[in-house]
Amino acid sequence: MRQWFKSGTPWIWLNGGAVAMCMIMVIGLIGLIAVRGFSHFWPADVAVVEITSPGGEQTTIMGELVRSQVISAAVARDSGETVPDDIDLVTRHLFKLGNRDQTGRDFVWYLELGMSPWQYPDDVFVIERREWGNFYGQPLALLREGNVVSTPGDADFWPQLQDAVDRSLALFREIRRLERGEIGRINTGIERLRLDERNLELNPPPADVEARERARIAEATARFEADYAVLREELDAIYQSTRRDTLRMQTADGTEVDITLATIVRVTAPNAMSVFDKLVQYVERLWEFLTDEPREANTEGGIFPAIFGTVVMVMVMSIIVTPFGILAAIYLREYARQGTMTRIIRISVYNLAGVPSIVYGVFGLGFFVYFLGGNIDQLFYEASLPAPTFGTPGLFWASLTLALLTLPIVIVSTEEGLARIPSTIRQGSLALGATKSETLWKVIVPLATPAMMTGLILAIARAAGEVAPLMLVGVVKLAPTLPVDGTFPYIHLERKIMHLGFHIYDVGFQSPNVEAARPLVYATALVLVMLIVILNLTAISIRNHLRERYRSAGD
Amino acid sequence: MTDTSPDLPAPGKSSKSLLPDHDRRQALRRKRMRRDKMSRWGITAAGYGVVLALATIFIYLFYEVAPILRGAAVTPQDSYTIPDTGAQTVQLLLDRYEELGIQYTDRGEAVFFNANTGVESQRFAMPVPAGARVTSFGSAETISNTAAFGFSNGEAIVARHDFQITFPNDIRRINPQMTYPLGEAPIVIDEQGSALRLIAVENMQRGAGGTAVAAVTEDGRLLLANITTRTNLLSGAVQVNRSVNTLPAVPGRAQKLLLDKSLDNLFVLDDRGQVHYYDISTPAQARLVQSVDVGGGSRVTAAEFLVGAVSIVFGTEQGELSQWFLVRDAQNQYGLEEVRQFNSHGAAITSIAPEYTRKGFVVVDAAGQLGIHYATSARTLFLESVAERPLQQVAISQINTGLLWLNDQGQVVSADLWNEHPQLSWDALWNKVWYEGRADPEYIWQSSSGSDEFESKFSLMPLTVGTLKAAFYAMLFAMPLAIAGAIYTAYFMTPKLRGVVKPSIEIMEALPTVILGFLAGLWLAPFVEDHLPAIFSFFVLMPLMMLLFAYVWGRLPGAIRNRVPDGWEAALMVPLILLFGTVCIQLSPWVEIWFFDGSMRQWFTDIGITYDQRNALIVGIAMGFAVIPTIFSIAEDAVFTVPRHLTQGSLALGATRWQTVMGVVLPTASPGIFSAVMMGFGRAVGETMIVLMATGNSPVVNFNIFEGMRTLSANIAVELPETAVGSSHFRVLFLAALVLLALTFVVNTIAEIIRQRLRQRYSNL
Repeated sequence: MRQWFKSGTPWIWLNGGAVAMCMIMVIGLIGLIAVRGFSHFWPADVAVVEITSPGGEQTTIMGELVRSQVISAAVARDSGETVPDDIDLVTRHLFKLGNRDQTGRDFVWYLELGMSPWQYPDDVFVIERREWGNFYGQPLALLREGNVVSTPGDADFWPQLQDAVDRSLALFREIRRLERGEIGRINTGIERLRLDERNLELNPPPADVEARERARIAEATARFEADYAVLREELDAIYQSTRRDTLRMQTADGTEVDITLATIVRVTAPNAMSVFDKLVQYVERLWEFLTDEPREANTEGGIFPAIFGTVVMVMVMSIIVTPFGILAAIYLREYARQGTMTRIIRISVYNLAGVPSIVYGVFGLGFFVYFLGGNIDQLFYEASLPAPTFGTPGLFWASLTLALLTLPIVIVSTEEGLARIPSTIRQGSLALGATKSETLWKVIVPLATPAMMTGLILAIARAAGEVAPLMLVGVVKLAPTLPVDGTFPYIHLERKIMHLGFHIYDVGFQSPNVEAARPLVYATALVLVMLIVILNLTAISIRNHLRERYRSAGD
Repeated sequence: MTDTSPDLPAPGKSSKSLLPDHDRRQALRRKRMRRDKMSRWGITAAGYGVVLALATIFIYLFYEVAPILRGAAVTPQDSYTIPDTGAQTVQLLLDRYEELGIQYTDRGEAVFFNANTGVESQRFAMPVPAGARVTSFGSAETISNTAAFGFSNGEAIVARHDFQITFPNDIRRINPQMTYPLGEAPIVIDEQGSALRLIAVENMQRGAGGTAVAAVTEDGRLLLANITTRTNLLSGAVQVNRSVNTLPAVPGRAQKLLLDKSLDNLFVLDDRGQVHYYDISTPAQARLVQSVDVGGGSRVTAAEFLVGAVSIVFGTEQGELSQWFLVRDAQNQYGLEEVRQFNSHGAAITSIAPEYTRKGFVVVDAAGQLGIHYATSARTLFLESVAERPLQQVAISQINTGLLWLNDQGQVVSADLWNEHPQLSWDALWNKVWYEGRADPEYIWQSSSGSDEFESKFSLMPLTVGTLKAAFYAMLFAMPLAIAGAIYTAYFMTPKLRGVVKPSIEIMEALPTVILGFLAGLWLAPFVEDHLPAIFSFFVLMPLMMLLFAYVWGRLPGAIRNRVPDGWEAALMVPLILLFGTVCIQLSPWVEIWFFDGSMRQWFTDIGITYDQRNALIVGIAMGFAVIPTIFSIAEDAVFTVPRHLTQGSLALGATRWQTVMGVVLPTASPGIFSAVMMGFGRAVGETMIVLMATGNSPVVNFNIFEGMRTLSANIAVELPETAVGSSHFRVLFLAALVLLALTFVVNTIAEIIRQRLRQRYSNL
């Protein structure tokens, strides 16, 4: 034994164990996110359970099983449950009961004690609503303007219901198109007129011009208002029409509830679905998650604005960081005299990559937003003051801050690429009579392009995952508009954006109903992790590819 | 190089030279040179620009923080004679807009005058009863604009000045007004009709409300009148109810009365520098609690409450200034205690004017000096001679930007004041501070609160300790795993496995910390809370299990052992760890039942250990996870690049592989490993999202692993979006950012320099 310890073998094993631990942690973490994230979209079966309390009361619950846990009886007793003395461990199940508007209790823990066998009746409906979350219940009838048109016994109940749901969804889309598109356009127009008017007050032109302008503004405003009145009427008619159909449901405790189809997103009967149906449903929900807007304070619906915001922000950032990072790297490597000063600068730039990101956020808020933005507002957007345009956090400042944050990454990577190019290539070009700039732009830079790409990809991966500075300089929990749309000037750099990383933080930690938000947070995290892992793998493969290429060129 | 080869004629077609002629060659050359220069200038400019942009971060943060360090600046503006020179000025005030000054005189008049020119604008005379004259004056807290005059017939009047602001034609007009909250009829304080020699007044806003007037009569009795009013809704008439109590006699000749805002405490200053503290919470049973020498032997010439009426500042004839307030002792008894002293003026203090919203005060003395002090930070921001003559009165505006002072010849000087950040100082930020209402000096970070009288408490210690605590536990978790892992991966692992392991761990570095934070907060924290025994047994027993497994493996018959070649030990460990982890979790509730009465968390609470669900243990694991790749990747590089001939030499001399690692590889690579640890530490210090999400963010000063913390970075993220631009709070947060920047920059620079040295050493070996 002593001999064995002396040989050092046990320590080698311990070191190996450390590596194994690290690997388990990495894979476990990604696995956890993947499992939880992907399972969010799978239509879960709805269980109906009868529970007999120790007092003999019977309750029936209907809901999805979220998770189960084994706890010691002492803990259960502490939380007010009655557990017989001879039991040490009890299992408890967390059920998602939905029906928040009926009971107010969305997620409830139940002890397994006293539960009857779980049943999965085929006629249980899960109704996804735009308000109040899911509804679980059994259908009683479909009503049209208060009259029963179909009951579950009818053969065409399900098709009729689906038709009605489709119709109301179509109407909802139409409403949204009108409100977002047409009425949004009118609002933008009126706001622009208001700014024009304010401009007239601030810088009064000659009297005749002013009179003409005022007349134009008055006339345009009147036209917008007339348009609005027409649209309003149209909308009212559609709203009226959406209230046509109602679904009469029965909850687990026998209460009858009328649900108007106007607020419904989807009606499914998961217990009756085959695996294939569920798969279709799964894809549909995944698609909705990726392309739809959030509902219910971000705890339901999709994350499209967050994906879009992240992508736009990262793109604007890339446009800023790429030229500056590359030129700075070229300067440091090719033009600057390699002395102590250059060395100090280089070390400083490298070290800025390790500076906490929140520091960049503080700088961005103070310098970009308040100082630069405030001055821009004074100079160019005087009419809309005191409402700030650029003097408040927004897309551009977020991108600029992240550009600063990722600048060291691009510089380091580009410099590495430049350093890797064998000097023979450089000398060859110069010997042929090319000037320094010709050598640079036509020989060196093309060779170093992959390195620059690597740097950019790493920068994008970093920027996509960064949250702390963004919280200060432009990311919000719910942005009413996308930063890119159809109204001039199409890219709105001053708008606030949503961001995947911030979405995770916000939904997971700031939302009133954490339990309901949890699956969505896992799914969002999964999207973000996949995005970043893919970007990083790309960067790594480019880098490896690059090494191979120069290894042969250097020989 | 297409530029240099313009369309060449096809060979053989022409007998002329194939080269472009001389002029064209010249032009071309010039063009190329121009381009070369442009490219050089452009790139140089961009290079400088980027370096400058990065330098701006430092410069800007300094620029925002710098005003903290500045003291106060006083710029005298105008000088004029006080409007009423015939009477003694008992109080001088300045309004919020610094347009009007107010002179209260000992004849019972309030004279409003233009603060810039001294021209009188309005004069109000108190309704002095016929045959009586004003014998005393006392002011309530300045922000209430209330004062009381005592008369020679034992009566008193409470007056309140007000400013009505109107905007005719968008121009601000301030109309002074004088109201009498207790009615225009004087109130009888002394039934015996003796003259009131001293008077003090205070309103209580909280609870039942009401006004109290304390007075000392000519014959030395101390009286306390509690007055409540009720306004008749129909007639508008004010009905006054008063109850007067005679308090125990003052041991000494009273000089000044100070009544606090809760109307619970009365302080009587006598002419020998003694303060007599009366508990008047039940006026009928008022008692003298304590007599304290606050002057240090000399006479106290000025005494005033600071805003909030908790602290009293005493100024002596020697020019000493000290702050006192009531402190509760172990027996729950209140006593007046000296909290701190301020820079001495060296001449008798004549007047003290407290600031309206902060714990600062302005002082003038008999030598013509003006002093601006701040209580909490114990800072003297300004102390200079501003007049040849002794000064008598001083006034400060509500927004702390204007001053008025009056000398003994009736000359008033108005001055501009810059005094933005008096509450911040090195001491206040980093040392224990004794705040009002606390029993002892403490480190407190509490930047905002619901009430107006709240004083922000900016001690960076809780945040710094929190930062170090988080970093410490993270490093405790990460260092062994990362370094041991790096040594194994670089030196023992087969290249095949290494090709998988290294990129995986490096990808881990790119994982957004918000994901780690969310998992730590929403998944790990509840999991750990429910499985505490499993976590502890896993961390303690896992290494033993590994050793046991290694021992058993070594004893296995060679046929099995040889199936797994060297360098695959780590792969064998994976199932072991998974198995052992599962066993721990399964056994966890049983362990709780057997040893901890069913719940380990409850058990902790029972034995007096605070347990927060989101605590340092969670942060340690989550942030350790974030730091591992940083340390691992750099340390692995350092170990891997140790020159082969060194290790081969060692092995050739008969050392085992482990001996080679300990004797050759580690000593050579240790600077690299050290720099890896430094980098990891730098990252842990600045990490924001994980601590934000995985701790309770409570700024506590302790190293308990089961309690949370608040770090500098998380604090910035939480508070910066909500603070007012340019305020002291804003600048303190910038200071926190600067501290973080400087700290990580220094740590990273050291690490980087060590790494570069190491690289050189390897190339020399």
